Amino acid sequence: MIVLLGVLVVVLGFATRRNPLLVVAVAGIATGLLGGLSPGKVLAAFGTGFVGSRAVTIFAITLPVIGLLERYGLQEQARNVIARFAGLTTGRFLTLYLGLRQIGAAVGLTNVFGHAQTVRPLAVPMAEGAAERSYGGLPERTREKVRSFAASADNVGMFFGEDVFLAVGSILLITGFVNTTYGTHLEPLDLALWAIPTAVCAFVVHGWRLLRLDRHLERELLTANAATAEVEAAQ
Amino acid sequence: MIKAEWFYWLVGLSFLVMAAQMVTDRSNPKRFGTAAFWGLIGAGFIYSSWVATGQAPAEPLGAAVLVMAALAGFGFTGRGTPRTTTPEQRAASAARLGDRLFVPALTIPVVAMVCAVGVKHLSFGGEPVLQEGSETILGLGLGAIAALVIGMIMLREKRISVPVQSGRSMLEAMGWAMLLPQMLATLGTIFQVAGVGTQVGKLAMSVLPKDSLYVAVVVYCVGMFLFTTVMGNAFAAFPVMTAAVGWPVLIGHFHGNPAAVLALGMLAGFCGTLVTPMAANFNLVPAALLELKDRYGPIKAQLPTAGVLLGCNIALMSLFAF
Repeated sequence: MIVLLGVLVVVLGFATRRNPLLVVAVAGIATGLLGGLSPGKVLAAFGTGFVGSRAVTIFAITLPVIGLLERYGLQEQARNVIARFAGLTTGRFLTLYLGLRQIGAAVGLTNVFGHAQTVRPLAVPMAEGAAERSYGGLPERTREKVRSFAASADNVGMFFGEDVFLAVGSILLITGFVNTTYGTHLEPLDLALWAIPTAVCAFVVHGWRLLRLDRHLERELLTANAATAEVEAAQ
Repeated sequence: MIKAEWFYWLVGLSFLVMAAQMVTDRSNPKRFGTAAFWGLIGAGFIYSSWVATGQAPAEPLGAAVLVMAALAGFGFTGRGTPRTTTPEQRAASAARLGDRLFVPALTIPVVAMVCAVGVKHLSFGGEPVLQEGSETILGLGLGAIAALVIGMIMLREKRISVPVQSGRSMLEAMGWAMLLPQMLATLGTIFQVAGVGTQVGKLAMSVLPKDSLYVAVVVYCVGMFLFTTVMGNAFAAFPVMTAAVGWPVLIGHFHGNPAAVLALGMLAGFCGTLVTPMAANFNLVPAALLELKDRYGPIKAQLPTAGVLLGCNIALMSLFAF
């Protein structure tokens, strides 16, 4: 039972809003030592953990080129492009992005989109551009909301698209773990098929919420702009 | 053969170059701590290659990881003022270059896609061109390099320091959140070695009513959700909850369809990933990248969707897995 203290450390760290890096380090050390690992073994576990999960950090390789293009106006041009499509509202654009992300992930292209290489330089300026075209400037709060929803479209699309693809990490983890631990023989294809109903639910639920974002923007921005107009008229 | 390790060296090397720039950046009040943090990550990336092949011990790297956690966790890292163009300059440049600006940006996904579906099957002299199993990572890396070359030629930008500086200021904005996913993967391993899974299993078995299928389904799915929220990663929660409830109760006792139970269980875990700051690379890093004041903005946007989808997974499992 005492090894469960590590879980408790994480929960407490969460609740008291300590720096997550420290919380995880302390929880790892505590669990390792309580579980009977020697200090050397605990250090080695941190080392091999770092080695095994380097792939999550490799997107950093795209940052210099994205940064370079942004210096030369990539975000501004993304806004200009969206201004040409009159029917494409913020919500419709993000729903389209959600669908593309899901399809991309479902055919194994999880690295084709992403926050660093697609959301920041392209999707966010386009989503904001669509709102700006209809309502003029965006207040800070609204801008934050549009950006948060753009990030969410990428996450939801990827999570609930990738499991439809056979060779993705989570499917291989399931088959690997179950086949070795319980001596069964599960095929990746069986698991991938069972991911399809949830993928459809995810598109319907999140797509609907993204489309509702348009109604929210309309309400928020029309009142905000009316208030500015009144102030200007009074002056 | 192009190996994944080469790209880890390239990432490591660029972190080291950026760390050198950070030391000299007087606009960053914590420049030494920041440089030490990124320098250690960069050196760790390169050293990792020898740990992966078993030629070097993992302990020094583990110690370095703990030093990085301490540097960032106790507030020794910060960020400088990025050197960039003014909004007016960018608008003028966008007007001048127009849609050509998208060419380098789209090079990254196009090359990644070509590598993942085409080059994957090519071989040269009996050896595959791209290391097997790493094709998409290699595609991303090759795409980024191709895009950088195309971009620098197109923009007539001769100084390599310009893109490196821009990339560095984005890294500084992300800060410690970049290291968290790697730390959590480690915690998952330690939990497994220390037997946290079996303990949770004993606990779950002692409170679970033996004859109620639906309660067991809810316990498995909600357990995956909560454990993922704590661990930040459904992969870490999966072995724990499956050993505890999924396999012995849902499949062993109630004879559920293993593929359906396990696939939907994993997806219930993904709902947890949507709502936790521990999943830093999906929730905190984008908030930093998009310059949000509210670091929890993406989580708040995802929370209702995660709740509904957790319900969907529970319903799908109850209806179709038995």
